Amino acid sequence: MDFDFYLSTMWSVLKALPLTLEIWFFGIAFGLIIASGLTWLRASGYKFGEYFTRAYVFVFRGSPLLVQLYLIYFGLSQFDFVRHSPILWPILRDPMYCTIVAMALNTAAYESEIFRGALRAVPVGQIEAAKAFGMSAFTRFRLVTLPIALRLALPAYSTEIILMTKATALASVVTIMEMMGTAQKIQHDTFRPIEVLTCAGVIYLLLNLSIARLFAWVEYRLSPHLRPPPEQSQQIKPVPEVL
Amino acid sequence: MSANVAAAAQAASSPDDKAAISVKDLRKCFGDHEVLKGISLEAHKGDVISILGSSGSGKSTMLRCINLLETPDSGEVRVDGELIQMKRSRDGHQLPADIRQVERIRANLAMVFQSFNLWSHMTVLENLVAAPTHVLKRPRAECLEQAEALLKRVGIWERRNYYPPHMSGGQQQRAAIARALAMNPKVMLFDEPTSALDPELVGEVLRVMRSLAEEGRTMLVVTHEMGFARDVSSKVMFLHKGEVDTVGEPKEMFARPPTPQFKQFIANFNK
Repeated sequence: MDFDFYLSTMWSVLKALPLTLEIWFFGIAFGLIIASGLTWLRASGYKFGEYFTRAYVFVFRGSPLLVQLYLIYFGLSQFDFVRHSPILWPILRDPMYCTIVAMALNTAAYESEIFRGALRAVPVGQIEAAKAFGMSAFTRFRLVTLPIALRLALPAYSTEIILMTKATALASVVTIMEMMGTAQKIQHDTFRPIEVLTCAGVIYLLLNLSIARLFAWVEYRLSPHLRPPPEQSQQIKPVPEVL
Repeated sequence: MSANVAAAAQAASSPDDKAAISVKDLRKCFGDHEVLKGISLEAHKGDVISILGSSGSGKSTMLRCINLLETPDSGEVRVDGELIQMKRSRDGHQLPADIRQVERIRANLAMVFQSFNLWSHMTVLENLVAAPTHVLKRPRAECLEQAEALLKRVGIWERRNYYPPHMSGGQQQRAAIARALAMNPKVMLFDEPTSALDPELVGEVLRVMRSLAEEGRTMLVVTHEMGFARDVSSKVMFLHKGEVDTVGEPKEMFARPPTPQFKQFIANFNK
């Protein structure tokens, strides 16, 4: 075992972690915004909204993220109007922006489905109670529907976020030197795929472990009502079910 | 004819004698099935009206039409003399004309549900404070103080920081009654409040309801508790197949059932 090589590779790949996190963060942030819009469209009751979101989910969930990324990065620049657009071109000529756009559009399709399911699973009785106490639609949503739906969506949402972490590796195919891109470069330079890819794999594992623990903690904090009642938990110490 | 007009004008304008709840000729269909076939009801301040009927007789639907959880197909509902304005949609369905008015009226008509419907992600105390602070816009400190007093009254103050799933059905229903009381409602609507409870838990809820009746609250109670209907309520209304079969003074009605349907109904309960 060549520890020095492992260490230096580890360090080189780690230096690319901020870039990976940047793609990850902006991808899921914009994805969340788009997904919220889609969920709202779908729930609004307008026929157009329903057809649009269905078509959106069909396209972006049904085709590979890699295809979407290539189409956005290599494909869209084939159109003259894109190259001459003062708004589109600065975004679409940059591989970093393209990756973020592709990730956001892709994850939004999955997330909107997660949110739709969570909204539908909110117990009708609790919404009715909010109505019966004179709450307006907005207050009802803010105090009852949204808090309950968020708790229901969290487990599936955390899985989607972990999938997105791994998807950031695709940025390497459009020249971004994030962790995977860096690892590939070292591999090409040294012809030592096992060591290099093991290092990258371990960092992705640790990254996802922290994300999973973070979500488990949030879930634990948000659902005291699903744990044993107080007097029972005084006897049995509550063990957070992390992972 | 002119007498009717005069009576109607009087009902609309006289402020002293307005009924707390007045329902006229309420009709409601679910698909082809006509659940309410023209129901009328008047509840004055301090009335405790028990609404009886076998399942499917429309009693819950009637109650839910009063606070517009169900939209009646026709008929009118007045709360404290104020008519709930309705309009027709393009496909001929009736809709509330002004949702703000409906929300304002609902805030005066606290409801207690069969399955409690406490908000499960809030503690009992938060359940009691949510609507008064956000709907009535009362100061939070004042609401908290009132909430604690109400929880003491229904005997679950020790559980104020519990979440609903951690309490027994009887405790949850008492919390739900306290939540309704926290709105200082003009009228309380009870939709089979004891039907989802284990038999040994029914008593604690009925005791709370009885104490509310005794302090002169206006209550509409859809129930299967014959004891409560006979001993506590000031009026009993018996629905049969979507129509008012009979209305009367409880002791009299139970002693001498005025219609064969009602006689049959209570006979089934005494078996």
